[in-house]
Amino acid sequence: MNDKLIIAGKEFDSRLFIGTGKFSSNKIMADAIESSGTQMVTVALRRVDIDNPNDNMLAAIDRKKYLLLPNTSGARNADEAVRLARLARAATGIIWLKLEVTPDPYYLLPDPIETLKAAEILVKEGFIVLPYINADPVLAKKLQDAGVATVMPLASPIGSNQGLKTKSAIEIIIAQATVPVVVDAGLGMPSHAAEAMEMGADAVLVNTAIAAAKNPVQMANAFKKAVQAGRQAFLAGGAEVKRQADASSPLTGFLRE
Amino acid sequence: MENFQNILAQIGLDRYNAELIDAIEKTTPADVEKALADKTGYNLQKLTALLSPAADKYLEQMAQKAQQITRQRFGNIIQLYAPLYVSNFCVNSCPYCAFNIKGKFTPSRLTIEQACKEADILAEMGFRHILLVSGEDKKFVTTDYLTVLAAELRKKFSSISIEIYPANQADYEKLFAAGIDGIALYQETYDRDDYKKFHTAGPKADYEYRLETLERAGNAGFRSLGIGFLIGLSDWRMQTLAMAQHADFLMKHYWQSRVSFSFPRMRPAENVNRDMFRYMITDRQLVQMMTALRLCFSDAEIVLSTRENAQFRDNVSKICITRISAGSKTNQGGYTDDSAIEQFEVADARSPAEVSRMLKQAGLEPVWKDWDIAFTG
Repeated sequence: MNDKLIIAGKEFDSRLFIGTGKFSSNKIMADAIESSGTQMVTVALRRVDIDNPNDNMLAAIDRKKYLLLPNTSGARNADEAVRLARLARAATGIIWLKLEVTPDPYYLLPDPIETLKAAEILVKEGFIVLPYINADPVLAKKLQDAGVATVMPLASPIGSNQGLKTKSAIEIIIAQATVPVVVDAGLGMPSHAAEAMEMGADAVLVNTAIAAAKNPVQMANAFKKAVQAGRQAFLAGGAEVKRQADASSPLTGFLRE
Repeated sequence: MENFQNILAQIGLDRYNAELIDAIEKTTPADVEKALADKTGYNLQKLTALLSPAADKYLEQMAQKAQQITRQRFGNIIQLYAPLYVSNFCVNSCPYCAFNIKGKFTPSRLTIEQACKEADILAEMGFRHILLVSGEDKKFVTTDYLTVLAAELRKKFSSISIEIYPANQADYEKLFAAGIDGIALYQETYDRDDYKKFHTAGPKADYEYRLETLERAGNAGFRSLGIGFLIGLSDWRMQTLAMAQHADFLMKHYWQSRVSFSFPRMRPAENVNRDMFRYMITDRQLVQMMTALRLCFSDAEIVLSTRENAQFRDNVSKICITRISAGSKTNQGGYTDDSAIEQFEVADARSPAEVSRMLKQAGLEPVWKDWDIAFTG
């Protein structure tokens, strides 16, 4: 079956993206990445010396197998995010960017106004922009108008493992989307990821649930399977969920001749 | 805007408060259990119960919960930093500090060149987060001095913090623009009467100006706001409540900055008579204090310096610490020449590499860089 995910013209077989923070060692991170089957790995620019190939974390990520998606974690406004993105691009030539603008360091919720502002600037400068956003359908549309490559609405606050708390808004985002929708942040268990994929999300991004698991390598593999199962179920077209058994035409039965 | 001084006074945390101390003493196991089950963040009642003598029996449970929260929120990592002492000129006469003006030593300040040489050694060891420390004398460590130094340090470090005298907002704005993103400033004691007793002269006698320092820094944009009190000067339970209230205030009003807690416990130092410090606490109490704070503030940084010994540091690193110093020298020029007077005796003399190995053995990734200079200026 040909079911590729395509972002900015690039094809992906895996619909699971992996975040690299919070792992207890770079070795465990690398093993978890491998076991997840992912092809896209996001790295916080604040954590690495992006232009140093010997950087401990970067050295642990096989760039031939995984597309490196730098992110602007820590930026609290558009200026900071844009500055960070430009420096990283100048140093490495990488134009893929996960745009994160999170002014509040506790819940790390994305700032819609500054994110849109930064996205507009970065798209014009030729970046492939994947913005992290709250599950706000209007913002998602405005970002698509600005030319982003995906939208990445959060399922619940980052690192919270609460699952799909924003489900009804994400349904609208998916229904209206002209670019892939990647559900990011808050997916705590493989079942949450499967649920997002069943709804029709194009991909999911997971970090804490894997990195903070007792066995991150096993958990990464569990997410891999859940994402595949969820995708397959979506493609198969689930039967409608009903709250009660169908009554046999109590209102229109009289029409039967 | 709300005024923090008024809040402290209203709750009765700015002076010795027999009523509150009595309430802490009378905490029951049921109160502690209720606090342990409370999954919301900070409230005064919850923290009071967790700091009480009754909570001592629940310390293991508190530590387990604190560890779980820390791993969930921060992951299996610990960030490393190093202090760089640039000057021991000080106009204050704090009886607990070796740098006090009556001390029998000749003060000095590193030149920019000397400071850079010291910093080079730290960068060589792997550090990317540096904390500039000085005595409190504006004449020697001026805003210009720090600005020039920061411009040099930015070439090798991804985050620069300061622990100096309380400055005004205009100076903080200049420092932030120069690339200094973090500040630590300890109130020493939130108890006005004790504060007066220990700070009789010099600019430090001004309790209010010191208390509002983090607000001026927050207004100037500083990303990391470090608070603490000098453990040993006043009752630790009352002080922890006051500090928590301070954190709560800063988090609400300076919501774009991250608050960190430090735990400077009195250490032996030259020219300092320890007999005057009535409120020393045990290791067990310090752990109670740290874990109680973690249970109330899941996302606050908890910082540990080399004031504590290796065994203590190794163990609490696993519980709730998010940032740790290593290989520190507390005298200026100490990384190149260890002869100058130390502010206090370091209790963990292990090298950064040794501390890093210890963290790895504990299943924690030592993180040297967790910031980027591109965020500032």
